[in-house]
Amino acid sequence: MTDTSRPRGGYIQRDRGWHPPAYHPGYKTSVTRSPQKALLSLPTTLSEETGPVFSQSIIGPRDNDLLHNHAADGESAIGSRILVYGQVRDQSGRGLPATLVEVWQANAGGRYRHQKETYLAPLDPNFGGCGRCLTDAQGYYEFRSVLPGPYPWPNGVNDWRPSHIHFSLFGEAFAQRLITQMYFEGDPLIWKCPIVNTIPSRQAIEDLIAPLDLNASIPMDTLAYRFDITLRGRRQTYFENRPEGL
Amino acid sequence: MPQSLNYLNESPSQTAGPYVHIGCTPNFSGINGLYREDPGSIMLNEKTLGDRISIRGGVYDGMGVPLKDALVEIWQADAAGLYASAEETRGQSDPNFSGWGRSPGDMESGEFVFETIRPGPVPYPDGRIQAPHITFWIVARGINTGLHTRLYFDDEQAANAQDPILSRIEQRQRLDTLIAKSESSGVYRFDIHLQGPEETVFFDM
Ligand SMILES: [Fe+3]
Repeated sequence: MTDTSRPRGGYIQRDRGWHPPAYHPGYKTSVTRSPQKALLSLPTTLSEETGPVFSQSIIGPRDNDLLHNHAADGESAIGSRILVYGQVRDQSGRGLPATLVEVWQANAGGRYRHQKETYLAPLDPNFGGCGRCLTDAQGYYEFRSVLPGPYPWPNGVNDWRPSHIHFSLFGEAFAQRLITQMYFEGDPLIWKCPIVNTIPSRQAIEDLIAPLDLNASIPMDTLAYRFDITLRGRRQTYFENRPEGL
Repeated sequence: MPQSLNYLNESPSQTAGPYVHIGCTPNFSGINGLYREDPGSIMLNEKTLGDRISIRGGVYDGMGVPLKDALVEIWQADAAGLYASAEETRGQSDPNFSGWGRSPGDMESGEFVFETIRPGPVPYPDGRIQAPHITFWIVARGINTGLHTRLYFDDEQAANAQDPILSRIEQRQRLDTLIAKSESSGVYRFDIHLQGPEETVFFDM
């Protein structure tokens, strides 16, 4: 079965000037972890134009509820209650259904539940810090959590991460695989963060800042932030130079 | 002004950071009871068709130090060369094979291991056959955009010599960075070097 409304060409090449460069001395760890030779640029093949399928059956009912998915019965995580929602779409604006969205974040005090974490802010016994969901038929996802706190990290002597949520995305094809971070509107630390500032342009950084959406908020309960994510799109080629199209 | 094309910009990438395992392999990072199993930890079962292989290796920085906080994912065809993807239009892939694996690496050494099968051949867009290969994707703290590369097999010399992608690599000595070395029957080693004289060929595909 062929869906003729969908583009069928190869994937549009990544705009490497829009993404952060691999080598960025302001982010010290990138210095020895950045390839120095040119990437080999090639059109996508079937190996990149396909990608794994995730079934709703692996997703638990609380997987997108970080307030409760690690909490004792009757309890919930401490912090400002937030709802984060948005659409995962491709560069043509087409919503991507049934794609896996994975998130992880620090707790309200800025502390991760991780062995290597050294920040002295306390752990919240009721907060694990990870969640996931599949997008709906129009590409929308949502999850509930607490506002993550900012935290210090060893880079410069006084560097702090702004409040952020890490996102991992699949799309329909392995070519679309992406990990990024969501920031919160109005946070003054965004513009001082060496990791944010690996991104070359202010316009691109703003694409990662979620606005407060009071209309989607739940009165007396939860503030909402909207975060749309764009994955690579396919070329709309009506005449493809492949043998079967001769 | 002409009409606007209205293409959206891709969301810019950001590093996976030091805590990627919390979100992607929570059981591995000690957050148990949320997910039954870590996604991508099991690719096959006893009914999967094809030759069983294991692939192990490390990810090394420019000083030759192995990363202990990387996340490595692989994507490959089944034994017949079909992908377990909604985008696969050539036929039904093996229902007992996911094609997708994810490894957080060993807690102490950082080494990744994938228990999988030898992939079948997959056509290139022009109809030529690609040598059997596995797509790799590497993220970690300090990697600003996930890195794509490919694994080919050292015991597929004839197919490798004909491969349309391998033949595009001008500096022939770098080709070796994409070839997994057979260590014993069905066991391959594939080390990934982010930087330095042995730097792996990474793809912009
Ligand atoms: Fe973080």
